[in-house]
Amino acid sequence: MANTQALTSAWKRDVMLGLHAHGASVIRAATTKDDFKGALYLVTASRGAGDTVYNTTGELAGTGNYTQGGTAVTNGTDPALDGTTAIWTPTASLSWAALTSSGAFDAVLIYNDTSASKLAVSVHTFGSQSIVAGTFTLTMPAHAAATALVRIA
Amino acid sequence: MAVIQTTRGEMDECDLVKREGVLDDDNEHTTWVEYYLGEELVHRSAHVTLKTSPVATAIAAAFGLGSQ
Repeated sequence: MANTQALTSAWKRDVMLGLHAHGASVIRAATTKDDFKGALYLVTASRGAGDTVYNTTGELAGTGNYTQGGTAVTNGTDPALDGTTAIWTPTASLSWAALTSSGAFDAVLIYNDTSASKLAVSVHTFGSQSIVAGTFTLTMPAHAAATALVRIA
Repeated sequence: MAVIQTTRGEMDECDLVKREGVLDDDNEHTTWVEYYLGEELVHRSAHVTLKTSPVATAIAAAFGLGSQ
């Protein structure tokens, strides 16, 4: 045996579970999981790694049956390890029915709706879409190390 | 006889022209359906299935290699 330099796999998962605070953190009101939401952004927006919190800049307008803030994420499975990769994936598709989008959109921002400042989690892009009196459904990738929606490898 | 929600309310599918499409690449599998009344787009739905996502890589620093 030999020692191996590594961040432990358990740490990767436990970060997602909120078990570590390497800096000043927040007082949590409960041990329950947070609520997350997904919001849609126009192709003209600039969402990405620099986002810190949810905001309406570049989001679809609150028209055509879209409500700004987006829709709730179904979070039925806790973060887990698949091998040495920590993974988390919502357990249901995000869907908007009877929608007419205010423009072409190509991104969804996942954010923490429980946190007071609506902390940003991740941005996921796809081919540009416009919806007219229809349904937009965003189905999640497979919950595995190579594909999960959120992965720390 | 299917009823389609459109910008003009519910319409009989047989009165509309249906167009469908598919996009499949490394990032997504997407299907969409459009209905036209003449040249007017009156309905468009899309279903995006994400295949993968960006990965965050956790790295533990190595002592002795550029350490202070």
